[in-house]
Amino acid sequence: MAGTRFNFGRLLAIIIKEFIQLRRDRLTFAMMIGIPIIQMTLFGFAINGDPKRLPTVVVAHEQGLFTRSLVAAFTNSGYFAVVNADASEREADRMLAQGEAQFAITIPADFSHRLIRGERPALLLEADATDPSATGNAIAAVQQLAPLALQQDLTGVLASLQSSPAPFEIRIHRRYNPEGVTQYNIVPGLMGVILTMTLIMMTALGVTREVERGTMENLLATPALPLEVMVGKITPYILIGYVQVAIILLAARYVFSVPFAGSLALLLVCVMAFIAANLTVGITISSAARNQTQAMQMTFFFFLPSMLLSGFMFPFRGMPGWAQVLGELLPLTHFLRLIRGVMLKGNGAAELWVSFWPLLLFTAVVMAVGLKRFRKTLD
Amino acid sequence: MSAFVIDVVGLTKRYGDKTVVNQLDMQVQRGEIYGFLGPNGSGKTTSIRMMCGLLTPDAGSGHTLGFDVVKEAAAIKREVGYMTQRFGLYDDLTIRENLDFIARIYGMIQRRERVDAALDRLGLTARQKQLAGSLSGGWKQRLALAGCLLHQPQLLLLDEPTAGVDPSARRDFWDEIHALAHEGITVLVSTHYMDEAERCHRLGYIAYGRLLACGTPEELTARSGFTTWTASGSGASALAAELEALSAVALVTRFGNALHVSGQDATALDNALAPYRAVSGVAWEKTRPALEDIFISLMRQAADNYP
Repeated sequence: MAGTRFNFGRLLAIIIKEFIQLRRDRLTFAMMIGIPIIQMTLFGFAINGDPKRLPTVVVAHEQGLFTRSLVAAFTNSGYFAVVNADASEREADRMLAQGEAQFAITIPADFSHRLIRGERPALLLEADATDPSATGNAIAAVQQLAPLALQQDLTGVLASLQSSPAPFEIRIHRRYNPEGVTQYNIVPGLMGVILTMTLIMMTALGVTREVERGTMENLLATPALPLEVMVGKITPYILIGYVQVAIILLAARYVFSVPFAGSLALLLVCVMAFIAANLTVGITISSAARNQTQAMQMTFFFFLPSMLLSGFMFPFRGMPGWAQVLGELLPLTHFLRLIRGVMLKGNGAAELWVSFWPLLLFTAVVMAVGLKRFRKTLD
Repeated sequence: MSAFVIDVVGLTKRYGDKTVVNQLDMQVQRGEIYGFLGPNGSGKTTSIRMMCGLLTPDAGSGHTLGFDVVKEAAAIKREVGYMTQRFGLYDDLTIRENLDFIARIYGMIQRRERVDAALDRLGLTARQKQLAGSLSGGWKQRLALAGCLLHQPQLLLLDEPTAGVDPSARRDFWDEIHALAHEGITVLVSTHYMDEAERCHRLGYIAYGRLLACGTPEELTARSGFTTWTASGSGASALAAELEALSAVALVTRFGNALHVSGQDATALDNALAPYRAVSGVAWEKTRPALEDIFISLMRQAADNYP
């Protein structure tokens, strides 16, 4: 039979049809071009597994030649960028807790005195080790630094101190995650990632499905108000979000033994703000998407940069400035700081506020856009 | 309250620079079945949505059940049963869950009894736990109608309720609509089917967003001024093209082996057709013009007037 043979004319017909459809489906087209570009820029330029110039605060109980040389040596290693050269201990603590500084260097009061006497004094390097990969290389570099840091200063009678072992000791204190366990960082972060994925997708799909199937029109012809429809559709997902949080917290505790330093109540408040932020994104997507496929694509478009630029997959400070600016716009970035702050650092409300208000601002702005669009789709 | 259940003047709706409904005036009397006819995209659905408060008109005003269509949309929604063109219930809920959901949305008291009664009337009590999505087209449509009636509306707005439904189910459906009208419910129904148009008390014909004609089927027939001849027999269809070219013939419609040949001027038509009366195998008979003839001709005129 002639009809059963492979026919290139028919094949061509189908290929041409696919291209026409592809050209009409702008979103798919944008995804196919956009995603490789995003991934290439991110993986090619943005992601740096060896973050340098990490913000460092210095607590100098003694000012002098050795202090200046030490700070210079740290800076010259390339890993440390001093943001505050003369902070109080409390100030340094606060900066570590809020994530303003990745490291705190403390030089004790009798440092030079004991150094000269050959007593091998210790200086303290505290690291915010919530993300071990962000600090690992810097800490390794510090070990090389001790014998060489003061070489130029130890001349004349002090030249004898140049001999090994190094004239002073650097004591390293990995704050919040003393053993540098990667899970401590990943597991709380996963909570943010999972909430982002499910909540945005569920709200976006849930609303789009009603519109696509024609049930939305029926619903709006009843006395039900648009606000009732919206809130009614979202509420189950808020509850599901909390169930997910509970599962992750239990797993963090009993499976991964992640410490929980802070207050559970505060955590739940942060989760609420984060859920709200994600739901507004979902609603906005649903008002822009014409069908469920588009809603899925848009969700993915939002999810991908959230994963890559928030500091979940790669150290936030390892990214170039422009990527950090983009990251600051994403709710997941701030939520990761909040949840690591609560769970690992034991942050209180005052320290959390810095990362909390951006979530509220994000929610307010996106809600304004989304509700405006949602109203339009009804009329 | 006015005698009209629907009374709108100058309703207009634009999407971008496209005017979907243009200066629509319409009155529907209490207890009548009003057929809303017109081709696809003529503005039927948009008009119905404006009448039940689902869409805000860009211009015009009016009342549905005595409530202002712009300011009292919420009150209209409570009193109107609107059946959307597409099945508006949830495929993934059971028959009972769907009805129960509607009952809750309308805040009905004695919900269980009302749902039970509706199931009973539908004859679906035994299948109440079946998913709505598994019902056939005809049953889905009956379920949707039951959903619209659950809150005992005074006015039913049915948007192409019988599209894609088989003839016997359509027949049952129309019997039910007549029964409802008999109980005093006013029904506005949009349709494409001419046989359904004949079942309505009054008709409105809309094209290009404008109401072109309105009246009882008899009034419309009389007002059209049409004279129609039916040519039947084996030779009839062969004449169609030739007849269509005659200036006295406004419209030729094919019905199987028969032709409807219509014209505005009876005498001119008689004269024009005279030569064809002798054609063998064709029997000529003067008939009442069908509604379809009238509407097609209305639409052609409208196309000339509003390009």
